[in-house]
Amino acid sequence: MKIETGYVVGVNGNLINVDFDGSVRKNEVGYILVDDKRLKGEVIRINKGIVSMQIYEMTNGIKVGDPVEFTGELMSVDLGPGLLTQVYDGLQNPLPQLADECGFFLERGVYLDAIPNRDWEFTPTVSVGDKVKAGSTVGTVPEGLFTHHIMVPFTLKGTDWTVKSIKPQGSYNVRSTVCTIADSKGEEKELSMVFTQPIKQAVKCYAEKLRPSEPLVTKIRCIDSFLPVAKGGTFCTPGPFGAGKTVLQHMQAKNSDVDIVIVAACGERAGEVVEVLKEFPELIDPKTGRSLIERTIIICNTSSMPVAAREASCYTAVTIAEYYRQMGLDVLLLADSTSRWAQAMREMSGRLEEIPGEEAFPAYLESTIAAFYERAGKVRLDDGTIASITIGGTVSPAGGNFEEPVTQATLKVVGAFHGLARERSDARKYPAIHPVESWSKYKGVVDMDRINRARGILIRSTEVNQMMKVVGEEGTSSEDYIIYQKGELLDAVYLQQNSFDPIDAACVPERQRREFDRLYDAMMRTYDITDKREIRSFFNQLRQEFLDWHGTEFESPEFEAQEKKISDFYMSRVID
Amino acid sequence: MQKVYTKIESIVGNVVTVRAPGVRNGDLALVGDSYANVIKLDKDIVSLQVFAGAQGVSTTDPVRFLGRPMMVSFSENLLGRIFDGAGVPRDNGPALTENMTPIGGPSFNPAKRILPKKMIRTGIPMIDVFNTLVESQKLPIFSISGEPYNQLLSRIAMQAEVDVIILGGMGLKYDDYMEFRDTLEKGGAMSHTVMFIHTAADPIVECTLVPDMSLAVAEQFALSGKRVLVLLTDMTNFADAQKEMAITMEQVPSNRGYPGDLYSCLASRYEKAVDIEGAGSITILGVTTMPGDDVTHPVPDNTGYITEGQYYLKGGHIEPFGSLSRLKQNVNGKTRDDHRALMDGMIRLYAQYKESLEKKSMGFMMTEWDDKLLKYGELFETKMMDLSVNIPPEDALDLGWDILAECFEPNETGLKTSLIKERWPNKDALN
Repeated sequence: MKIETGYVVGVNGNLINVDFDGSVRKNEVGYILVDDKRLKGEVIRINKGIVSMQIYEMTNGIKVGDPVEFTGELMSVDLGPGLLTQVYDGLQNPLPQLADECGFFLERGVYLDAIPNRDWEFTPTVSVGDKVKAGSTVGTVPEGLFTHHIMVPFTLKGTDWTVKSIKPQGSYNVRSTVCTIADSKGEEKELSMVFTQPIKQAVKCYAEKLRPSEPLVTKIRCIDSFLPVAKGGTFCTPGPFGAGKTVLQHMQAKNSDVDIVIVAACGERAGEVVEVLKEFPELIDPKTGRSLIERTIIICNTSSMPVAAREASCYTAVTIAEYYRQMGLDVLLLADSTSRWAQAMREMSGRLEEIPGEEAFPAYLESTIAAFYERAGKVRLDDGTIASITIGGTVSPAGGNFEEPVTQATLKVVGAFHGLARERSDARKYPAIHPVESWSKYKGVVDMDRINRARGILIRSTEVNQMMKVVGEEGTSSEDYIIYQKGELLDAVYLQQNSFDPIDAACVPERQRREFDRLYDAMMRTYDITDKREIRSFFNQLRQEFLDWHGTEFESPEFEAQEKKISDFYMSRVID
Repeated sequence: MQKVYTKIESIVGNVVTVRAPGVRNGDLALVGDSYANVIKLDKDIVSLQVFAGAQGVSTTDPVRFLGRPMMVSFSENLLGRIFDGAGVPRDNGPALTENMTPIGGPSFNPAKRILPKKMIRTGIPMIDVFNTLVESQKLPIFSISGEPYNQLLSRIAMQAEVDVIILGGMGLKYDDYMEFRDTLEKGGAMSHTVMFIHTAADPIVECTLVPDMSLAVAEQFALSGKRVLVLLTDMTNFADAQKEMAITMEQVPSNRGYPGDLYSCLASRYEKAVDIEGAGSITILGVTTMPGDDVTHPVPDNTGYITEGQYYLKGGHIEPFGSLSRLKQNVNGKTRDDHRALMDGMIRLYAQYKESLEKKSMGFMMTEWDDKLLKYGELFETKMMDLSVNIPPEDALDLGWDILAECFEPNETGLKTSLIKERWPNKDALN
């Protein structure tokens, strides 16, 4: 194919204007040739014969007249075995390998192969003459814990393709041809274990999209019982700085009941990624008994890396998620933070001199956010397997004010809202999810009727607390005071969870149901205490007993004994 | 061959344009005798930002392109020297031209970072005990104007155990600059200090160069194995300078007039903080003044999302609430076994003191417990929180136990019995 070329006519920050002859596609990738470097960029606008490209690298040193090469390909990622455990930047450059090549700093214009060059043990699953289409599996290779499917590229058009040849079982290089297919017109295609996929198009090689119904267990009580997330659902976690967004996401990454976790660190601190990198290899996944890093992929475009690549990083992450979903796996994608991603769009929009919307965000902000979250979902694949992608994004609203455009646009499209509150994190109440303001449209691990009644007590309790600030404890009736204490109890022993305690950090659904039953029972009783000091000390004691209960191993003799101790304790003061 | 262009086509704000072919983006130029850098290219029209400001620039002034980006000299000779934002000496010493390094270089590969684990001792209990400063941390001091933040910075500079101090002053009052210089000279720290000073009277463009200059030098020192502490004061002035330049260049403002890339601007500077395996480290301590004590103002707000915590300076001391060192867990388990428990316990009691204080001011009844808390709060504020207190962390921990013992019975502190047995000053009280 003829390579289309052009030359630079203007530079404005990371936006480059290029004059060209021949044909150029919108969103295709091009390279600027500067000195001996090739800087990657994407065509984002063609106006009056001039192409505007956003450059994924620093643009200093570019001059007018520098040659540009267009590839004709859309911005894509490489998909194939070996993605797991990798650490990529937003353009799927493997960072550890980049460090081996370039040392301490991220040199621009260096692009390495994303898929490690090695041999895999290939087992064919089709035979010559079989009909295939986009997304069909032609063979498998074992990748760590999973059977990795080698599939026909998702971009293949038409349905009349048949297998012409397929390699027998054996060890092959990841980039060698393992299968050839041909269509009725005789056009042939060679398939290796690696193919490319444009990142901004959702993969739709499935039979149908289903409604998310099964809860995605995170082992966080507050989420699983009160604000559940479903497999294939979406949720967002907005919160002011220092409220614990990232710690909460790391807890979800560690404990969630899914096959694969993709962590997209988008425009946040590099230090946080380092924590994942150093911590996850040491942690053992209780489900598989293997290290957590073996089910993890990290896409890391931290705040000091070029801003255009930050925009791409979320799409890179979701495309890899879709790839693993096509193998019948449940994938959780955690994006931290979508506000930085939106800001990257805003910077680009400003350079393009588009008419700004609210807070200078582009007018297409909402539709872009919606399209991103809509790539989540539970699907039935062509072979009947159910698979899902769950997307959770943090939002960093300016000033902690949820009224800003990114939070509002996100709230319109997600199924659960876990709003973090400054006053809760200041009081060291973790996770700092606001139990009253947050909501979820999914079903949790405990029945919703009792959850709603418990939440009702919590709301009443906050009201009493507000009132007490004005009239003092003296002016509050003991009935109200008991309601207040019940709400505080629910908060202290159920909604709060100690992520540093080895046992309390992960609470399985069976245990959540057991603990909730007991707590619900205690909350619904009427007590024969009227003196406020006595009420306080009664609930303090009850709280202490519950907290001690959290520290016991589930279903151990101590666990049973402690539950009995709790029920004996409060039953002694109950009025029938 | 250096071609001289003598036809400046426009002068808007601090930006001049000239027709010149073959110029590279980001290159340095001389407009008259002032430095400028290329910020935009459109065909052969080159936009140049003049560091010293475009005031007095004539359309016939000569423009010479130097064919290289903005650079700063790096060598041991920098130590003890003072420069302005463009790297020109302001201490009457010789200009340095050896070993030039570009400023604003590429970012550090996250895969090469290591977990920070070394504490920086400052002698200030509110930092050492309650919000420990860690090597390679980036931490701003949030403050309202009028608070003694520059004094705090110079104290930390004098007492912190580091090899090199780099002070980046942005929009400093001239007397503040003199005070920094005098304090560091008197304390004998000047010999390992480099200063890049932009005073309020200097051209605005130079203000935006100060962090890049300081951090480029810091990076070189760190790569050669030095532990570097970079002090930046005041980052709000830096952000305001960015705002001013963005508006004159007709960029669409996003929030209260600040440009949309404010977050990226601040982040690319703060993210230079790093601990390099097998070499040195860069720790960044910045000052962010909050206009109107408003933490939701775009500058402190964006900063808070970027940095690893913040020191909140209010009423002449570092507030225990609102202040946070996100990395303290990495180091405070290794100082002394009672550090974490004592830290949490004292803060919890101080929070209760605040509640009692509120109750008192609203006229509610005071109990015996409230009186104890009031006494405790007062002792805590005078003996621990006061910025003039200067003791090593171990002594500060002992002092903490003394204060507790003076106010409470052992079982009222909420601390573990085993710890109390070991550390309670008056052992008789335990029986």
